[in-house]
Amino acid sequence: MAHDQHPHPAAGEADTHAMGEVHEHPTWKQYKWVALILTVITIVEVWAYYVPAWVASWTFVPSLLIMSAVKFTIVVMFYMHLKYDHKLFRVLFVGPLIIAAVTLIVLMLLFGQL
Amino acid sequence: MATAAAAPARLHSEGPSETGLWSWLTTVDHKRIGSLYLYTAFLWFLVGGLEALLLRAQLQGPNGRLVSAEMYNMLFTMHGTTMVFLVIMPLSAAFFNLLIPLQIGARDVAFPRLNAFSYWVYLFGSIFMNVSWLIGQAPDGGWFGYTPLTTFQYSQNLNIDFWMLGLQILGVSSLAAAFNFITTIINMRAPGMHFMRMPIFTWMSFVVQFLLILAFPVITIALVFLQFDRFFGTTFYLTSAGGDPLLWQHLFWIFGHPEVYILILPAFGLVSEVLPAFSRKPLFGYPVMVYSGILIAFLGFGVWAHHMFAVGMGPIADTLFALTTMLIGIPTGVKIFNWIFTMWGGDIRFTVAMKFAIALVALFTIGGISGVMHASPPADLQQTDTYFIVAHFHYVLFGGSMMGLWAGTYFYFPKFTGRLLSEKIGNWHFWLAFIGMNLTFMPMHWSGLMGMPRRTWVYDAGQGLDLYNMMSSIGAYVQALAVLVFVYNVVRSWKKGEIAGNDPWGAPTIEWSIPSPPPDYNFARIPVITSRYPMWDAKSPELMTDVPHTREGERGIDVDVGGKHVGHVDHAIGNPPGGKVMSDHAALPTAKQLGIPMPNPSIKPLFVALFMTLMFASMLPMHLGQPKLAVIGVITFAILMTLTLYSWLLTPLEDHH
Amino acid sequence: MATTAVPSQGHPPSSTGLDNRKIAIWAFIGSECMLFTSLISTYLVYKGKSVVGPFPHEACNPPQCAQALPPILDIPVTSASTFVLLMSSLTMVLALAAVENKGKPGWGPGGWWGLGSSKLWLLSTTLLGAIFLGFQAYEFTAFVREGLTIKTNLFGSSFFTLTGFHGAHVSVGVLWLLTLLAIDMRRGLGPKDALIVDLSALYWHFVDVVWIVIFTLVYLIQ
Repeated sequence: MAHDQHPHPAAGEADTHAMGEVHEHPTWKQYKWVALILTVITIVEVWAYYVPAWVASWTFVPSLLIMSAVKFTIVVMFYMHLKYDHKLFRVLFVGPLIIAAVTLIVLMLLFGQL
Repeated sequence: MATAAAAPARLHSEGPSETGLWSWLTTVDHKRIGSLYLYTAFLWFLVGGLEALLLRAQLQGPNGRLVSAEMYNMLFTMHGTTMVFLVIMPLSAAFFNLLIPLQIGARDVAFPRLNAFSYWVYLFGSIFMNVSWLIGQAPDGGWFGYTPLTTFQYSQNLNIDFWMLGLQILGVSSLAAAFNFITTIINMRAPGMHFMRMPIFTWMSFVVQFLLILAFPVITIALVFLQFDRFFGTTFYLTSAGGDPLLWQHLFWIFGHPEVYILILPAFGLVSEVLPAFSRKPLFGYPVMVYSGILIAFLGFGVWAHHMFAVGMGPIADTLFALTTMLIGIPTGVKIFNWIFTMWGGDIRFTVAMKFAIALVALFTIGGISGVMHASPPADLQQTDTYFIVAHFHYVLFGGSMMGLWAGTYFYFPKFTGRLLSEKIGNWHFWLAFIGMNLTFMPMHWSGLMGMPRRTWVYDAGQGLDLYNMMSSIGAYVQALAVLVFVYNVVRSWKKGEIAGNDPWGAPTIEWSIPSPPPDYNFARIPVITSRYPMWDAKSPELMTDVPHTREGERGIDVDVGGKHVGHVDHAIGNPPGGKVMSDHAALPTAKQLGIPMPNPSIKPLFVALFMTLMFASMLPMHLGQPKLAVIGVITFAILMTLTLYSWLLTPLEDHH
Repeated sequence: MATTAVPSQGHPPSSTGLDNRKIAIWAFIGSECMLFTSLISTYLVYKGKSVVGPFPHEACNPPQCAQALPPILDIPVTSASTFVLLMSSLTMVLALAAVENKGKPGWGPGGWWGLGSSKLWLLSTTLLGAIFLGFQAYEFTAFVREGLTIKTNLFGSSFFTLTGFHGAHVSVGVLWLLTLLAIDMRRGLGPKDALIVDLSALYWHFVDVVWIVIFTLVYLIQ
């Protein structure tokens, strides 16, 4: 049962305030673009895997990391709405993400993998 | 109508049909849940204390034979595990539950049924882990469970299984509660209570919840790896397959170091409430106290390998972790100074609560100093695995956390029972505890530096250790006496203690504006907050000259101490319309009369907790040669748990209003 | 003491204007970051350290294997399942939009067809999620057949545990979506339900995002 923590929106309206939407939310067009970009990047990533020269070069790992970081970011920003929502959610997500990333990097260093 | 003097003390005011066992099993009231945590944790404190007494009796003299080596291993493992997971964390949880909604001006936590669930999981998990004693197979791998000792190859009985599964169960309890309190503190503060006006206890607790949600997943995975190795034959910690037992240590301490901040920060918060009240001065450097708490939490994730200086990580890793460890001493030390400056020039009242709070400041400092000594890897090579470390962590956990928790107990007992604990008996408790604690743990600095190793069931005569150990053991018996005195104090004060009234101490924060014990709805009217110290704003503005606050919206309040009405102003914070004095417990209006919707009690959290515990427990047959039984058990209880959970989620919390 | 009926005080407004549950789920997602980081870190820490095969990206020869084995990861198949999961995020977003805008002009009458059909998009997301799980099941059984179990070596232990945990999360998500679909079929989901659909969407996208990381670090990077 929803707790009424603030004035009800008009009947038939989504409670965007409680959902944290601060700005206009993504449009149809943006959703389609995101899906397209995700598809294209994935294709490029898999393609890279099959190009021996690319795999052998020092650019392979960084380029893959960058590509997946881009995919990660656009899903989080647009599909998960983080770009359009209350700043609080950004803090709740980015803080743990930083601690997680640092922990992963330090562990890899400690075990001689980096 | 019953008068206030004859009203029996209880931990909160009862609404209609709220007596009896069923009301406790189905409660979703944060005050009741807090008191359940308190009782349960105290019982485990007695158990953990008994385990310690047996340890100390065994070590009283050289070549003791009170217990066997195997028994000794179980005793020190369970003493540590119990004190950390079954005592200090739940005692902190008790205070989170009792205080946070009151301190922020809320009527309950964000998810009351989830709150109840957290408690029941704790209860069932703690029982599960201790059931192992009944079959003589209590956990015996240390509270930190290092591999490869805890792998199946070296621990083939059920001891470690109880430990692993028990901790997984308890982890769920802490995680669920953390999500609850994060949401509560962010979203349910009274109007005017900006973050920088929150009481420090709530702030420190807020920081602790983040530590919990980030640290517990790591130990969860560490335990999953151990479980999979033990039950399914995976290779995570298996050297012959290329696995690294140190992986366990890293994962454990990535959790374990934030864990010790989880253990101390609530006590710091309690002390930060007690010291200002009994110095009649605002907390010195409130913003710094907040920021240092946040910094400690953040840095706390970057120091873990200082528990591993002796494993051979190499000079670079050792140095980096030594640096971060020394760094974290700075925000911690800053707090000590702020407490001292809070008291400086204040109008000090040496109540028992105050004594315990000051004891934390002094004893934690001692523990902190030995801690900084460990931060140097070369020095730590001598200290590690000796009693020097035991001395350190008991000074910070007992001299720190426990002293803080007792300060909080003496300070808040009147709020939740309506009666004051006896100061006279409390003084006996304090001095016995203080002397006992120091007598037990101070000599360990010496025996440690002389090389007495930890976790060893005997030591030989003629090594210069006899006197120190004897002193420690006597200190332990003195501490036991202190606890008995405390129990006597509680039992006696419950029925015969002096009536407290809303605000026996003249304290500054809003939990002191409502009756003792509080009605089930906490605040008849949600207060409007004008500063960090709203009660002083109203009652003692001369104390507020240096504290920022808003003039408009200030309300006077009714002031009564010890049942005597001593002042009446405008309409009060927390009083119903009309501004009547709320010291007469039996005359309190009900939630219904005030038009306040209350959540419905529910038995479902208890059952989900029970089924979840049994689901984990069903793994035990794997090591009893009954894998099929394990599978049936896990699946059955998982289904039951899921069905009950669905029922819970599809039932509204409150009646439609 | 008032004896006449008092109008309900209702609930005090929240400090942020946000719903409690949305705050809780973001905190939960933050916590899950650490959970998956522990699993991923372990996989990376043990990468290349297995004493016996099969191996993810290299062939395995005696004596590390009883007989010669090719690298065991199947990139084409996993690329397909990755694509499936990515598309499920799109359908999830469409489901949420359909719920939020139900009844509005230009969004169709609801029912089972059209852009505005929450049932269509919830069902699609569920199916795509189930297909992903199907791919995982196929992959797991194929690996076992080819000689890689969770016990075989460090790669097997860390791989199956990591992807198994992820698959378990997907399964919970599928169950959640089926529940929403059932509610939609029973009483309909409308704008007032936007929040609970949003909660499931956030969970679902997070599970997808974790897979993006796993796909790159486990499958693509050698």
